[in-house]
Amino acid sequence: MRKTVLNSAHQRHGARLVEFGGFEMPVWYSGLTAEHHAVRQRAGVFDLCHMGRFEIVGEDPAQSLDRLVTRDVSTMKKGQVCYSLVCRDDGGVLDDILIYRLPDRWWLVVNAGNRDKLLGWLSDKLVAAEVVDHSEDVAMVALQGPLAASLLSPHIDRPRGRALEDLGYYRISRAVVNITGESIDGWVSRTGYTGEDGFEIYLPCSDAEAVFDALLDLSDEVIACGLGCRDTLRLEAGMPLYGHELSEQLDPIGAGLGFAIALDKQCGFIGQEALRHISSTGPSQQLRGFVVDGRRPARQGAAILHDGHIVGEVTSGSPSPTLGVPIACGYVDATISEDSELEVDLRGKSALLRPHPLPFYRRDAQNA
Amino acid sequence: MSDVPQDRKYLPSHEWAQIVDGLVVVGISGFAALELGELVYIELPEEGSAVKFDEPFGEIESVKAVSELNSPVAGTVVAVNQALIDSQEAITSSPYEAGWMMKVKPAEQSGMENLLEADSYQSQLSES
Repeated sequence: MRKTVLNSAHQRHGARLVEFGGFEMPVWYSGLTAEHHAVRQRAGVFDLCHMGRFEIVGEDPAQSLDRLVTRDVSTMKKGQVCYSLVCRDDGGVLDDILIYRLPDRWWLVVNAGNRDKLLGWLSDKLVAAEVVDHSEDVAMVALQGPLAASLLSPHIDRPRGRALEDLGYYRISRAVVNITGESIDGWVSRTGYTGEDGFEIYLPCSDAEAVFDALLDLSDEVIACGLGCRDTLRLEAGMPLYGHELSEQLDPIGAGLGFAIALDKQCGFIGQEALRHISSTGPSQQLRGFVVDGRRPARQGAAILHDGHIVGEVTSGSPSPTLGVPIACGYVDATISEDSELEVDLRGKSALLRPHPLPFYRRDAQNA
Repeated sequence: MSDVPQDRKYLPSHEWAQIVDGLVVVGISGFAALELGELVYIELPEEGSAVKFDEPFGEIESVKAVSELNSPVAGTVVAVNQALIDSQEAITSSPYEAGWMMKVKPAEQSGMENLLEADSYQSQLSES
């Protein structure tokens, strides 16, 4: 199993470590629910070093990248970050990624479990550009939660004296991180996977552990957070997780990700024809949100039934710490009306599924 | 590592069995409770139902996963800890006392001779 550069920090902070995406990662430290609430109400620190950090190098990286991703990359401004999909010819999703246009270069952040696959796919398919893997030399940590901006701001110097608070949502900036007593050159983006305001910080791996500890020392309000609460936070926020809501066998239109697909992109991209077809005929199944009746959570793979017939499958489910009830999302045949009450098979016992609009949780749009 | 009480026996899958007044009280070890993390749901058998040795008698669910509970004894369920249905907290805070799950009237072939002594169970934990 691979380890991130923060593995010993996790052990020092009392993490319960599990396998995720081929990496030994913290599932929780103090407890999933406490960590979830900390991020919703205060702030939490996450190790994201397991994710893949790639650079696209070439004559015109945007033009090369545009053929491989669903988003219209050429329209991105300097300092902009955008969510995109990488699809196969048939529209199946190879990965969902973030694309970063830095002032002088292009970066991608990809899912841990898809790192090797994407590296191979990009190497193979990129024309007049190549992919450089920085996953082992650039670390990535996140500070997420309503207090993130005010806590982090005093320790970040941006070019031309700009304040961290003024960095827009889905924007990235060069940053000098002054939190360990040394000035560390890195990058900071206002992005996250929690549904809260927050930042992701990119810095040399050699500084990662000191910065991780220093973030935790910012305030008593900040705690270390594991992937367990990252999952419940993103599920409440209606964000898909690869391997659950997304896979090579699922199309992104049924997943509700049409906003991230430039169907009319001039240069064309791998999967465009197939996705246009799905868009015009409508996806055969749709991702929907549910509250599960009772206390028992529905888990990935549980069958969804309508009048005794299987009409879908749960992709993610968990107790929702914020809502206080079990929530789930899953794919359902598009022919079943959206307000239908359905049932889920919980290991032989059935429970009602009440339709709930996605996302389950939306923060006050202060900085959105 | 939590101490393993000597006054009962164990399945390798972490369930304990303690004989009290001719009945077998069943629960899970402190180690198992710690491993599971925060609990959200438990499914226990009906009183009067039969349970088989080393076969599932219920399920316990943490925030992240579902685990089966295996019976350390064959017999008939005579009592179930109903308090756990509403809150599983006692399993974590008091795995060997308040967190008991069921009481079983053992069958003649109870299977209990196959259970691990506390020391053997403890060494299994040390090796894992």
